[in-house]
Amino acid sequence: METNIDTNVKIRFTRTVGIQATEILDQINQERDRNRISRVNKKIKGILISLVRAIFLIGVSYIILMPLLEKLATSLMTEADIFDQTVRWIPRNFTLDNYRVTWQAMNYPVSFINTLILTLTVSILQLASCTTVAYGIGRFKFPGNRIIFALAIFTLVVPPTMIVVPLSLNFKYFTFFGLLPEPGISLLNSYWPFILISATAVGLRNGLFIYVMRQFFKGMPKDLEEAAYVDGAGIFKTFYKIMLPGAIPGLVVIFLFSFVWQWNDYFYNTIFLSGQGNFLLQALQGAALKALGGDHNKLRSQYASIIRHTGMILYIAPLLLLYAFMQRYFIESIQRTGIVG
Amino acid sequence: MKRRLTFRQRKLVAGYLFSLPFLLGFTFFFFYPFVQAFIFSFNELVITREGFVLNFNGFGNYDYIVNVHPDFLRVFVETILNMIVNVPLILAFSFLAALVLNQKFKGRFLARTIFFLPVIMSAGIIIQMDIDDMVSQLLHGARNAELIFTGIGLRNLLMNTQLPEGFIEFILGAVDRIPEIIRASGIQILIFLAGLQSIPPSIYEAADVEGATGWESFWLITLPIMSPIILTNAVYTIIDSFLTTSNDLVMLVKDEAIMGAGYGVSMAMAVTYFLMIIIILGITIKVASKWVFYQE
Repeated sequence: METNIDTNVKIRFTRTVGIQATEILDQINQERDRNRISRVNKKIKGILISLVRAIFLIGVSYIILMPLLEKLATSLMTEADIFDQTVRWIPRNFTLDNYRVTWQAMNYPVSFINTLILTLTVSILQLASCTTVAYGIGRFKFPGNRIIFALAIFTLVVPPTMIVVPLSLNFKYFTFFGLLPEPGISLLNSYWPFILISATAVGLRNGLFIYVMRQFFKGMPKDLEEAAYVDGAGIFKTFYKIMLPGAIPGLVVIFLFSFVWQWNDYFYNTIFLSGQGNFLLQALQGAALKALGGDHNKLRSQYASIIRHTGMILYIAPLLLLYAFMQRYFIESIQRTGIVG
Repeated sequence: MKRRLTFRQRKLVAGYLFSLPFLLGFTFFFFYPFVQAFIFSFNELVITREGFVLNFNGFGNYDYIVNVHPDFLRVFVETILNMIVNVPLILAFSFLAALVLNQKFKGRFLARTIFFLPVIMSAGIIIQMDIDDMVSQLLHGARNAELIFTGIGLRNLLMNTQLPEGFIEFILGAVDRIPEIIRASGIQILIFLAGLQSIPPSIYEAADVEGATGWESFWLITLPIMSPIILTNAVYTIIDSFLTTSNDLVMLVKDEAIMGAGYGVSMAMAVTYFLMIIIILGITIKVASKWVFYQE
């Protein structure tokens, strides 16, 4: 099939069958050539596309990973390496001493446990409250349920600092809205501000969680509930025995995001816990000074920087570990909740 | 018949009961401080031993932040402009990344893992410490030297194309923002990816049979179906910018309240920012609703 039809054959054809046949043969030849070219073209195009894609993926990955790798590299260097112009990525005087110093300066075991307890408390409460509210407005028809949903979305649009600053004053002089005598009690520097706003579904990005879970519950079949009611299960039993188990993929997503966002949050953590040194965030802020023995003058030194970088690695490490084990849940999270399409 | 009715009533009550946590939280921990923010912005707030007292001073705080405060106007304009430039760039990048990550190739899972990492690593405290840190600046300087090198090459290349200068400046500005854009795109990529995967392949097959090229099916199928998701992502990106410590205005509001000119001034800034956000969101949704395509 690959060889061209012999010219002799062509001439003989021209004589015997006539002009028309030749034209047909020519066309067949041209067609074959064109197919071959387009096949080659397709192959070149395929290679080009994978090449461009590879450059794009590698470039973006480099930009994403670079800051993390730089911190990691710095944390393993001695001060001499920072001054050394020839050292960029690989430390010449490899050391783990920075980790020992930073670990102690941050009082890591204690501040880690405190942060973990706070983060778990917040994410479990948010999970419970947002799911409950989402079930209420997603599965029951009652006057005002659309308004409640709109209010939940509205909480997202307001910059949280605008709420948190007056809120911090209310928590500082907490009178239970007039129930306790003035000046009330201070709830700052305790878990209470976090507990109160998380349990009532107005914590960090809770409007988003309500939105996601409402969509999730709306997508579940109506028969499921009806069958449970017919079998004599009450409304609340149906919720936690039938509907909640069916919503587990959504619940996992809410929990993971709530956990990560609370761990990484800056505004709520610094405003509500301003005077507390034994949480990771505050420990990280104070680590360099403590490692320098309280000498403020050396805060701009290279050594202080190395300690800070080591501290940042220690701060982010638990999340990276969580991500390593749960990455499938994170990556497939939004498909799982089915909020798009 | 009577039982059924009571059951329906019980369901009505249950709806309110389930929503009760949010109703309480919204009233006491959202709406109350929300109103306070407005009130504070028209008052001078003085902390006393028994709490705080308010001294009404009208538009004094607003007058102060606009006419007296050394940084507010600059930070405000920069933050808003930054948002207006970044949001389209983040949308474009995350859409492109989602299109790429939706293709089949070796190492796709690894690529997705890396692209989503910024969501895990974007801790506010780390972003802020990086800005202040000396060694980071040093490394950043080294990185900038590399970038300036490619930047000059790019500038010369673009100048030769005789495009309008404003356009060239925009392109160069966008190049400088690349790391910032990429690191703000994690969730948006996920949302787009989920959207792309929800498009049934049969639509593309039908288009292919009709002789549409890949280019045509992108513009005529993918983009219209994805348009509501683009709007969702635009709104999400704006909301997301409230919570990063690289948002100078939000940081200014926080610092001003606690160690600066006080709560009144801080809340005047916050209210101004909030109103601006509402205007921007309103315009975005109004403009978008003209070309967003809803399947139904």
